[in-house]
Amino acid sequence: MIKRRKKIIRPRLSVNIAGMELRNPVMPASGTFGYGEEYAPYLDLNSLGAIVTKGLSLHPKAGNRTPRICETVSGMLNAIGLQNVGVDVFIKHKMPFLEQFDTPVIVNFFGNTQDEYAAVAERLDAISGVRALEMNISCPNVKHGGIVFGTDPKAISSVVRQVRKKTSKPLIVKLTPNVTDIQVTAKAAEDAGADALSLINTLTGMSVDVKTRRPRLANTIGGLSGPAIRPIAVRLVHQVVQAVSIPVIGIGGITRAMDALEFLIVGAKAVQVGTANFVDPHAMATILNELEDFCLAEGIDDINDLIGSLEV
Amino acid sequence: MKNHKTIVLSNQEISPGYYRMRILAPDYNKLARPGQFVMFRVQRSLPPLLRRPFGIFRVGFMPADCDTMPPKEFIEIIYKVVGSGTEIMQGLHYGDPVELLGPLGQGFEFGEADEEKILVGGGIGLVPLYMLAEKMIDHSKVRLLMGGRTRDDIITVTEFERLGVETYVSTEDGSLGEAGLVTQVLEKKLQENNQVSVYACGPMPMIEAVEKICSAHRTPLQVSLEALMACGVGACLGCVVKGAGHTQEQPSYLCTCKVGPVFHARQLAWGSDDDAAASDCGVCR
Repeated sequence: MIKRRKKIIRPRLSVNIAGMELRNPVMPASGTFGYGEEYAPYLDLNSLGAIVTKGLSLHPKAGNRTPRICETVSGMLNAIGLQNVGVDVFIKHKMPFLEQFDTPVIVNFFGNTQDEYAAVAERLDAISGVRALEMNISCPNVKHGGIVFGTDPKAISSVVRQVRKKTSKPLIVKLTPNVTDIQVTAKAAEDAGADALSLINTLTGMSVDVKTRRPRLANTIGGLSGPAIRPIAVRLVHQVVQAVSIPVIGIGGITRAMDALEFLIVGAKAVQVGTANFVDPHAMATILNELEDFCLAEGIDDINDLIGSLEV
Repeated sequence: MKNHKTIVLSNQEISPGYYRMRILAPDYNKLARPGQFVMFRVQRSLPPLLRRPFGIFRVGFMPADCDTMPPKEFIEIIYKVVGSGTEIMQGLHYGDPVELLGPLGQGFEFGEADEEKILVGGGIGLVPLYMLAEKMIDHSKVRLLMGGRTRDDIITVTEFERLGVETYVSTEDGSLGEAGLVTQVLEKKLQENNQVSVYACGPMPMIEAVEKICSAHRTPLQVSLEALMACGVGACLGCVVKGAGHTQEQPSYLCTCKVGPVFHARQLAWGSDDDAAASDCGVCR
C-alpha cells in the first residue's frame, strides 16, 4: 500500500500593498482586461489578487484610427489611444458589475492636464467600491508643449501632489520606462505622496510594412508589450526597488509563473499580467496555479519569503 | 464561449496558397452560428504570440474511432498563407495541439424565409457564407456571387453547388467564370430584382462597393468584417470600426469581435475617412 503523505499545506500567497490585503499577488494590467466583464466568462474574478480597469479620463475618449495593433517578435505594438467610456459612465455602468466581486478594484486613470488628473481622482475617491487608484503618467501634458508627465521629475512631482490632495485611497503611480534614469522618476513619485509604484508601462516602438513602406500602426508609433520587454522590465523593477521604500508592482511580459517569480524575487510585491490575457484568457488562473505549485515544490510556505530574496 | 486545448484532425491545401483545416471542437455543432469566428492558437509556440481570428467554414461530426465512443465533433476553417502565423499553420498535421477560443461574435440574421438571398464572397471572404447557405437553403433561394483575382482564389464553390446554391463566378483576369469584378454581377442581379437580402464578406474595397450598390437599390445588407485583433473578447480595442453617426465629438467605435463580425450595413459609418480621431497620446493603452 502506498503510504499516505502528510497533508499538503497550501502556501500563503497573500500580500499587502499600501494597506490593501490582496489574496494573491496577481492582477491584470490596465488596458488588457477591459472593465472586468469582458473576461468574466473565462476567469473567476474572485480568484485574482485585484482587478485593474482600463484607464479612465474625465471625458470619454474615442481613441486612435486603425490599425491600432500589430504583432512584433514576441510582442505587440499598440496605439489604441486610451479609448475609454469616461469616468462618469464607468461609475454608473461599469462599477456595479465589479462590485459583485470580493476582489479589490483598482481604477486606472489619466489626464492631459494636471487639473484633469485631479478631477478624475476626486470623482473616483467618492466611490466606495473603488479600493485604490492607479495613475498613468505616460501621457503628454498638453499645457506644457506635450511633454510626457512621466518623463519629467518636476511634472511628476507636481501632478502627483495635486492628485494626492484629492484622494485618501491608496495611490499607485504607474511609471513609464521611456526615461533615462527611472530611479529619479520613481523617487519623484514617492516624494510627492505615492503609496506604491507600478512598472513598466509599454516601451515606445515602431514597425514598418516594407511593401507599402508605411508604419504598421496608423499612429506611426506605439507601445511595445509582451515577452519581448520582460528582461528590461525586470531590470527596471530591480532598480526602482533599490531607490524607493514604497511597494512596487512589477509589469512587463509576464506569461507564466516563472516570469512573475522573477519580478517577485527582485522585490516586486505583486505583478500585473497584460498582453498574456489577450493570448490566453485563462493566463492569470494558470499563473496562480503554477505559483502555488512552485511554492510547494520549493518548500515555500509564504510567498512573502520570496519577495526581494534576490541573491546578488 | 470556451477555450479548448484540442488537436488538428486534418490540414489540406485546397487551392494554391489556400488551406482547409479540420479541428476537433466539442459542442460547436450546438453552439456555433453562421458568421461566428474562433481565435486560433498554435500551441507551445512563440512566435506567433497572438491568436488569429478565423471565420468558421462549417461544423460537423466524424465517425468515432471506436463504436462505443461518441462521434467526433469538428469545425473547419479555411486560411490563406499570408504571414508568419499562417506559415506555421500550413505545417500542422493530424494530432498537432492547437487552441480554439470560441465561438465568438455575432452571427448573421437569416431574414425572411421565402425571400431570395444573395451571398457575395471575395476570395477567402467566402468562408463564413457556407454555414449561412446551409441554414438558409431549405427556406429560400440562395445565390452565391463569388469573386477573386484569379482562378486560384475561387475556393469551395462546388460545395455550395452541392447544397443547391446557384453560383456565379467572376475573376479579375478572366481565368475562371466571367472576367470582371463580382460587384458588377451584383449590380446586374439587383437591377433584375431588388427584393432580396444581401450578405457579403471579402476585402474592404469589395465590401464598400457592395454597400454602395445595395444602398442605391435599397436592399438590406449584412457584412462580415475582418480586422486585426489581439483578444477577440472586446478587451484590446484593436479591432474597432466606426459605427453609424460616428463623429469626432460623438465617437462611436464598435468592436468587430463583440458587436460584429457581422454587421447590418446601417450599423456602420460608410465612405468618410476624414473624421480620424486625432489622439493626444498614441503610446499608451
